[in-house]
Amino acid sequence: MSEMWTAKLRNKWQKNLPIEKLLPDDQPAFVVSWIYVFGVLTLSALAVIIASGIVLAFEGPAWYHISDVGKFMNSMHFWSVQLFFVFMVIHLWGKYWMAAWRGNRFRTWATGAIAFVASIATAFTGYLVQTNFDSQWISFEAKDGFNSMGIGAFFNVTNLGQMLLLHVAFLPLLLGVITVIHVLMVRRRGVVPPIDAEPVMNEARL
Amino acid sequence: MSIAKQAKHEFDAAPWAGKTKRYDIVKEGSIAVAIVAVLVIFLSLLMGSPDDAPLTFKGWAVTNADNFYATAVQELAGTSGTATYGGPYNKASDGLNVGPFWLQKWAGVTHPIDTVNEFVIAPLSTQVMSTDIASALATWKAASDSQKQEWATAYDDAITKVEGKLSAVPAGAYGPVPALAQGLTDMAKGGALDAALLSQGGFFQTDNTKQILFFGDGAYLDDAGTTANLQGGTWGMMNETGRYPGQAWLWLYSFWYQIPPFNNEESKPIGANADAYIMYIMGALSLGLILIPIIPGVKSLPMRIPIHRGIWHQYYQANGIKRRKL
Repeated sequence: MSEMWTAKLRNKWQKNLPIEKLLPDDQPAFVVSWIYVFGVLTLSALAVIIASGIVLAFEGPAWYHISDVGKFMNSMHFWSVQLFFVFMVIHLWGKYWMAAWRGNRFRTWATGAIAFVASIATAFTGYLVQTNFDSQWISFEAKDGFNSMGIGAFFNVTNLGQMLLLHVAFLPLLLGVITVIHVLMVRRRGVVPPIDAEPVMNEARL
Repeated sequence: MSIAKQAKHEFDAAPWAGKTKRYDIVKEGSIAVAIVAVLVIFLSLLMGSPDDAPLTFKGWAVTNADNFYATAVQELAGTSGTATYGGPYNKASDGLNVGPFWLQKWAGVTHPIDTVNEFVIAPLSTQVMSTDIASALATWKAASDSQKQEWATAYDDAITKVEGKLSAVPAGAYGPVPALAQGLTDMAKGGALDAALLSQGGFFQTDNTKQILFFGDGAYLDDAGTTANLQGGTWGMMNETGRYPGQAWLWLYSFWYQIPPFNNEESKPIGANADAYIMYIMGALSLGLILIPIIPGVKSLPMRIPIHRGIWHQYYQANGIKRRKL
């Protein structure tokens, strides 16, 4: 039985990420700063982005030009992206100044940084599919950078259909998977202890 | 690794054995989503979102007919930005490079564009046209390639010489080129060119490459970008039309375009190949961001600059922990 892939996966999961870690009801007492809020705020903004994006996807990229409801949903999508990046950048800086990669948390940091880069790519394709003047301008200007690297040969920013499919299918899926891995790693490793904390402080008052 | 460092590493890696407090992760997440949703709804109702109408060829030909006309001539002469671009549209140039890496050239021509036929002749051929234009089109199609090039180049040179002032162009051996350019201008003024450029090749079309590139060959798109403060040399990459925030997260990418030698196209090799150099730089910096935990110096800054003392000040205060000497 132990040689079964399924059993191996289940055993590894239960060992590294038991349900108590996944859905904890306590956390270290040192977690009191507001900086800790920005991780969950980033995820919350992502949830609003996905929800508003799904509504927009049902009606198509030109809907918001002609519908008040569409305009409102587009505005929700726009502002949730803006807040998403504000929250994520603050979260990223906070984790940097905490040196949050300490204690075998390199992969937690790396997946977070990759998620940031993937978010930029996803948002960029969103700007390309606005079907307005801005998307005309951005696609014309941006093509040179991609073409200069040979990337334009298969990633054509002036191709609305290609950018739309990448924006609503591949890139959100990629970002979603990276985000899930990042969050699971956070749950697995737990919150990084304060810099300067020493083993002797384990029994400290806070 | 010293014994002290090893002990600290093991302490950081071990599950927290100190004091804990109650934490309802589901409640926290739910409240956060609600707060963000309310904030987003508030901003959406208050500010809306940007939506400047897209430019059209009709708008271009009506508001700046001479520039459209001159651009059409450039497309025929093969001197436009698109016609001389290189990969992935044609082989007219090698494109940009960084040192021995000619990635643009190596990637080849994957989206071939023939500006003469696809921007001018094919769209014109879809129209019911006047006798003059029909005759010009027939003359063009019947001529040899060298003759076509001779006519178009002569007319393009003449327009360039008088700086685009069409009424000042002297008479010359331009063949059917003036009539073709006028025919395309009239077609654009009537609004037929937008659809004709897109529909080449079939009923269903989702690729706007030809339209976007043709737009960029003239002054119309560029002028609109300048008016909207979107030019790359003035941080336009992170701007948005109107009063809205743009892609502010691209500030570092945009930064390089503001400083020499990247902002000087005449400066070789970097300025002339700025797009490629900046892509490499940003690729390296993105990799650097991911690898911060193993980059000497950068990984130590959080320990040297005591911002963490503010983040965990209650913990330090409660436990009387002073800053460690590095």
